[in-house]
Formats: sequence, C-alpha cells, structure tokens
Amino acid sequence: MTLELFLQNLANGIAVGSLYALIAVGYTMVYGILRLINFAHGDIFMMAAYFTFFGVAVFHLPWYFACIFVVVLTAGLGMLIERAAYRPLRDAPKDSVLVSAIGVSFLLENLATYLFSGKPKAFPDFLGLMSTVSLGTVSIQKVALVVPVVLIVCMSILLFVINKTKLGMAMRAVSKDYEIARVMGININLVIAATFGIGSGLAAVGVILWGMKYPQVSPLMGVMPGLKCFIAAVIGGIGNIKGAVLGGFILGLIEVMLVAFFQPLTGYRDAFAFILLILILLVKPTGLIGEKTTEKV
Amino acid sequence: MLKIENLCVSYGGIEAVKGISFEVPDKSIVTLIGANGAGKSTTLRTVVGLVKPQSGKIIYNDKDITGKSSEEIVRNGITLVPEGRRIFPNLTVYENLKIGAYMRKDDYSEDIKWVYDLFPRLKERSWQFAGTLSGGEQQMLAVGRALMSKPELIMMDEPSLGLAPLVVKGIFEIIKEINKLGVTILLIEQNANLALRVADQGHVLETGRIKLSGKGQELLENAEVKAAYLGNKKHELAQQ
Repeated sequence: MTLELFLQNLANGIAVGSLYALIAVGYTMVYGILRLINFAHGDIFMMAAYFTFFGVAVFHLPWYFACIFVVVLTAGLGMLIERAAYRPLRDAPKDSVLVSAIGVSFLLENLATYLFSGKPKAFPDFLGLMSTVSLGTVSIQKVALVVPVVLIVCMSILLFVINKTKLGMAMRAVSKDYEIARVMGININLVIAATFGIGSGLAAVGVILWGMKYPQVSPLMGVMPGLKCFIAAVIGGIGNIKGAVLGGFILGLIEVMLVAFFQPLTGYRDAFAFILLILILLVKPTGLIGEKTTEKV
Repeated sequence: MLKIENLCVSYGGIEAVKGISFEVPDKSIVTLIGANGAGKSTTLRTVVGLVKPQSGKIIYNDKDITGKSSEEIVRNGITLVPEGRRIFPNLTVYENLKIGAYMRKDDYSEDIKWVYDLFPRLKERSWQFAGTLSGGEQQMLAVGRALMSKPELIMMDEPSLGLAPLVVKGIFEIIKEINKLGVTILLIEQNANLALRVADQGHVLETGRIKLSGKGQELLENAEVKAAYLGNKKHELAQQ
C-alpha cells in the first residue's frame, strides 16, 4: 500500500461520497417533511440521466444550458410526481403513500425501458471531466476534483435557503406540524412541492457528475444508487440534512477503501452498504446525528 | 362577528358535534366550557378549517366560511392558539413569532416589539429553540404567535392546560388585556371557574350539544354548572 494509492483512493472515496450525499439529501428532505421514504427518488435520478443524454447527445445543447435544462426538468418531474401520486394521499395512512412511491418507481423504470429501450446509452462527456489529471504522482479523474466543490456550493445554498429564508422557515415548520403550519396561513402544498423540486434538482446535479464517473445510462441505473443513498440518509439520521451528507461520505469512503485495500472483498461492494444499514439500525436506529427530540408535550 | 349555525361534525363515524349554534359578538370574550369529549376542540378546529363540517354554517363578518381552507380563513383575520400549545420546537422563539406573521406583507417589527413587551420572558429567550422553553413560556409564545397575525378573532383552546396556577393567572390577565385592545376572543376551557370570570358570555357543552348558555357571571352562579364544573375542584384536577 503506497501513499499515492491511498491518496488516489481517498480522492475517489470523497467524490463517490459527495455524489451519494447529493442524492441522499433528496431522500432526507422528503422524509423530513412528509415522513415518506420516496422510493422513486433513485428513478428520478435515472430520468435525469436520460434528460442529460437527450439534451446533450441528441439536441446538442451548449453545456451550461444543458445543465440548467436537466436540473429544471428533473425538479419539475419531482414536483409532478408529488402532485400526481402523493398529494391525493395526503390524509391516507403512511403505508399507502409508501406503496404509491414504490409504484411510481416501477412506473418510471418501465416507462424508461419502453421509451428509451433497455440498451445502455453512453453518457456524454460534455463537461470534459472524464479525463484524468496528474497531481505529482497521483492521477485523479477530473470529476473527482469537481464533485466536492459542487457539493459544498449546493449545500451552502441549501442551508441558506432552509435557515434564512421565509420558504425555509415554512419548510421547517411544516416538517414539525403541518396542521398548525396551515393555521399560520402557510400553503403547505406549495412548501411540499418546493421540497420535492429542490430534492430532485439536487439529484439532477448529482447525475450530471455521476455520469462522468460511471458513463452509462440505463433504465435500472437508479436502483442501486437510490438504495445506497437511502442507506446513507439512514446512517446519518433520516430527516437531517447534515446527517445525509455525513452518511454519504461514510458510505462512499468505506466502499472505495474496501475495494482498494481488501481486493478479495470487491464482489461484496454493494452488499457492504446493506450490512452497514443493518448494523446502524441495530445500534443506533435514529442514525448518527438523528433528529433531536426536545419537544414538550 | 362569528356566527355558528347548527354545526354538525363527525370524525370517522363518531358525531362529535351535534348541531350547535352560538354567536361571538364583536370585541367580546365568549367561552365554551365542558368536559373532555364534549366537542369543544372540534368546534374550534372546524371554524379554522382543519376539519370539514358535515352540515351547518359558519358565518364570519357576514361571510360564509364553512368548509373553506385554513389558509383562506386565517387570511380573514381568525387565528387559533391550539390545544397543547404546539409551537414549532425546531424554530427559535423569534422565528415562531415571524411565522405567526407569515401571511403579512407589511412591516411587523413593531408587533414583535409589542409581543416582547407583553411577554418579556420571550424577549430574553428570543434566540432559543422554542422546544427548550418551559410549558408556561410555550403558552406565552403560542399566544404571541397568534397575535402576530393581527387577528380580529383569537380562538384559544385550553390555554391553562398543564400550567401552574400562577402562570395561568398571568395568561388570563393577558387575555383580558388583548381583549381590551379590541380583539374578540373565543375561549375554550376546562377550568370553568377562571373562564367564566373573564367571559362576557358562556356556553356549556355536553356530548356535542349546548346545554346551557348565559352571561359569564350567571353561569358562575348557576347551580347545575356549580355542581358539574365548579363544585369539586379536586375531582376536576384529578380528571385532567
């Protein structure tokens, strides 16, 4: 084990962790506000990959426009799903909404298979981030350097919105008590739609960078990242945005290091995330920095 | 100001309110008293649009607001101080007040100052998370939050619940003070004694119906009310 190899894997782990974090935040935000695990989130991620593919490889949009196009379209898709599949069930038992989410997930997967065929498409390198650069003796893919920066920028904006704006205040209020939030005159449908929009938009940002690292677009590409990021959100403490980021990093780093330094375990890479999930649920079900419960009754 | 006509409300097959009618005159204090399950909270929740009535009418300032969304009702100048306070524990005291003024487009910094004058304790704890406040402070915050919307009518659901007698007294002083400023108050209480003392009018609810109505003072002296709600204080406390 050389230092170069370690640094290389560290950078890689941070990059993967950042990607997980971007997607996990979507899970955690929706859970925070609706107590719903949005199982369609991974498939929204997949659809965003197709949006990118079509925007860039088919319609040849300039890169900056393609990025905006993908993020806006994906945010719109997230809001549409909430409107069509979750809002009518607002007063139904939580299980019904969960089943609806699973239904949406299958719908998107099959819709993508039907529309775009199951044959994988190549993700376009429209940002020129797939090539590697050498820093001294360490060679790293460019995207690995960009991802953490994007994550930091996105999280700073997100935390600003949540903690400093009127919309963010309404989101926090709705997440605790949506009935009373309604009595305060908050339009909770608008707030929930915004939450889905932001979460889906972040998944779109994630997919643009994900594609640079794993350049393949297929209808089932969202399943594994979706599950893993859900796990990342649970590890950190679902409902907590910082927790989702922390969980993403933990999962990404351990996964990459495991494959790099325990070669025989490579085949267990995906299984590892689930083992970690079980361990966390057994030892600390609320996650590492789960929701504080200081409510007085 | 508020007129309720023949209101019936059911929850999942159980009829909680069985056709009640009463009026809340402008700038008055009206109280609904009665035991648990009499339908008091349901009535308030229906007025504010959290529950849809089965039949009956709710008229506010000559406008039919029956079955309207909470957002719309609150926009008309009604607000609720909910049972169990239900302040937002994950928001600071200051933010809780700000969210009370959520619909307002004008500058409300003066009103925040006014609420802080009314409840100096809240000012001291302005940047604390509301979940860390004591029960009495949370009740003050719930009242302050309601005031921030500049309401014409405040409905209070058991503001005395679970609070020390001294704190309750303070809350009732504030209720009177707010009323003097021209805010109409519809008060729900199990503490019938205190409620009837401040109220201009009272209604006694029993299993979804109004059993007795009258001036606050009259009801205080009413033998039936005395026996059922005022007589045995210890018993009433134990029930709570």
